[in-house]
This record gives sequence, C-alpha cells and structure tokens, in this order.
Amino acid sequence: MACGAIAGHVTGIAARNDWPVDVRALPPLLHNRPDRIAGRVEDAVTELRARYATVAVAFADCGTYGALDEVCARLRVPRLRGAHCYDVFAGASRLAELLAQEPGTYVLTDFLVRSFRRAVVTELGLDRFPQLREDYFRHYRRVVWLAQYPTGPLHTAARRAAEFLGLPLEVVTVGDQGLERELRALVTGWSADPGASARSPRPG
Amino acid sequence: MSDPSTPQEILRALYDETLVGNAPRVLELTRTGLDSGMTPESMLFEALIPSLEEVGARFERGDFFVPEMLIAGRAMSGALDVLRPLLADTGADSVGTFLMGTVKGDVHDIGKNLVNIMLEGAGFHVIDLGVQVAPEKFVAAIEEHRPDVVGFSAFLTTTMPMFKANINALTKAGLRDQVIVMVGGAPVTQEYADAVGADGYAADASAAVKRAKELIQRRRSAMTV
Repeated sequence: MACGAIAGHVTGIAARNDWPVDVRALPPLLHNRPDRIAGRVEDAVTELRARYATVAVAFADCGTYGALDEVCARLRVPRLRGAHCYDVFAGASRLAELLAQEPGTYVLTDFLVRSFRRAVVTELGLDRFPQLREDYFRHYRRVVWLAQYPTGPLHTAARRAAEFLGLPLEVVTVGDQGLERELRALVTGWSADPGASARSPRPG
Repeated sequence: MSDPSTPQEILRALYDETLVGNAPRVLELTRTGLDSGMTPESMLFEALIPSLEEVGARFERGDFFVPEMLIAGRAMSGALDVLRPLLADTGADSVGTFLMGTVKGDVHDIGKNLVNIMLEGAGFHVIDLGVQVAPEKFVAAIEEHRPDVVGFSAFLTTTMPMFKANINALTKAGLRDQVIVMVGGAPVTQEYADAVGADGYAADASAAVKRAKELIQRRRSAMTV
C-alpha cells in the first residue's frame, strides 16, 4: 500500500529486485490533508488483507504525527521509517543538514516537480488566489530538488517551479536508493516470515 | 440585488463576504457600516468573528482547505485595520497582550497568523515577533512589552523541542512566573505541551483565543485573592 507520490518508484524498485509484490497506491494529494491519511490507509490495508497474506505500508509518517503509527501498530503492518518521503529519499540526517543550513528550504522530489502545477499551485489555491503566494512562501529562501532521476525535462520543470516561487533552485541528486533500502527492510521482514508472500492470495 | 442598507443587511453581507474572502467588499461594507452609525464591536462580534469561526468549522468538516482559510483571514484582517483604532478609541480595556512567534529554526507562520487575526478580533493586543525567533529574542521582548501571554508556534517535529528551550530561557531570566506560556502548531498535542511545561495549548485558532482568555482570567483572579 504505497503513497501515490512514490508508488512509481516502489514499482520500479520491486521490479529491478524481482520482489513478488503488487503495489497499490493511495492518491498523492492526500498529503494536503494529512489528517485523512491514517484512516484511508486503515481502510485500504483492511481491504487488501482479505486478498494478500502480507501487506506493508509505503508511507512515512507524512504529517500524521503518529496517527499512522497507531494504525500500523493496531493492524500489525510495517511502514517506511522517517517523517516523510524527503527523509526516505535523502536520509534523515542529510535532510536535517539541509534544513539546518537554511530553514527556509522548500523541498521538491521528482513527483512534486512533475506535478507542481496540480499538487502545489492548484492545491494551495494559487491559481485562484495568486496573492496568497506571499503568505505561503515569503519566508522561504531556496528550493531544493531532491532528485531521483533528474532528466532534462524534469530540470526544466524544476526551474519553472522555482521561478514561480521566486526562489533559487538547488539540485541535490539523491536517487531512489534510500527508498530501496527502506523497502528492502520491509521485504526482508516478509522473507523472515515463512509462508508469507506479498503476491499470494491469503489461503482459505 | 440592492446594496445592503440596514444594520442587519450589512452584518449579513459582512458575514457572507468574509466567508468567501472577498477582501475589497468586506472593507467597503465595514466603511458603510461605520458611516451608517454601526459600532465597530457589532461588526466584529456579530459578523466578522462568527464568519471566521464558520470558516474554521468548514475546514474541520473538509469543506474548506487552507486557501479558503487564508483568503477569509486576509479579508478579516483588512476590516480589522479599519476597526482597530476605533475599538481603541472606545476605551474598551484590552483583553490582554499576546506576544507571538514561530520558534527558532522554523519558518512556518500560516497557523500563527490565523491565530493572530482571531486574537486581535477578540480584543487582544498582539505583538508578533515573526518566524525563527530565538529564545533570547523572546526574553528581550517579554522584558520590553510585559505581555500577559507568550505563544510559541512550531510546525515541525524537529523544531518543537524549542518550546522547552524557550521556557528554560524564560526561567533563567526570572520571567517564567510573570507570563503565561501557550504552545501550538500542527504536530503539537496537549501531552507535549504538558511535557514541556507550557501553561496552555490549543488545537486551532478559535480554541487558542478561548484558552488564552481562560488562562488570563485565572491568573488575574488568583492575583486578586
């Protein structure tokens, strides 16, 4: 059960590692209402459990401030470590360094670069109320793009996003190895559980 | 539809236009109301504040999102700019002085700014120190302004520990007993507020105003005993 913002990466990592998993995604824009994430994950995991022997949650805390942990503990499913996907991709300490360097850092990932207009501009109402840009971003000093696969078109999109915010862009290529490492920890947990298979339907 | 002319029509229009964040219209209606002899208090307490409270309720229900809250807050803020000096002229006692700031290392201020608007609307004198406020700056501002309440805001779990650092700085400066400490922000809970030794916590802007009034009342009552 993956966050839609990283589901594509999860699918790619599973394929290149030949992990027997199906990836189901929840809408990425749930991140703009993090109070709803835990409930949606609970519903989805409950549904998937009827069909899969093992379910894991490819969400970090994602602004639920412990609510997702409570659900995961109750349902006994693991989730990705970290406060959010920035931690997962870059590593918590590296992200902390970036924020310590400049607290006014607005962080993007490939997903956010690609969907900037929908996930940021529209969701924050900046298309309807452009005057709010100052309210949201006046204390930010730079955009840091934690790039997974920094292609030419994504570079262009990232530059446009930074220009829209009126901030300088810094590109920090982190790849998706951090996510792969965290996912491997989940998969290793499964393989230690004899008989558990993410793809096999639950017996009976 | 004709322009509102009776006080009831003006109040209704003020409420409706604040709800949708129509700042120019709210400003115009505020001036119309004053020109027609309405009191600043009636426009504030019978239209503007109830409207912003409704915005908060719609946010809770999921009907409104952050932009709608901000745009409504901006509309109310414009009206307050006109009403504030008039409210002061009426000689009404300030409910209290509230010193506010986002803690060091944190630049998030949307929630804090909404709380400020609600506090001002409720009659508080608000002094906003902005974002990334270091403990020593809070201490200096408390010494200078002698507020009833100091509010620490944080949006990140990584900056929440600054609440404790700020409270320690107040204690070290001998100010802890002289000011009520409130904390708030998305990741903050009552349990966390208790753990760091804050006097009060509120989950949203309306609750923050109510809690601040309660704490001030309690302190003043204790001082008169």
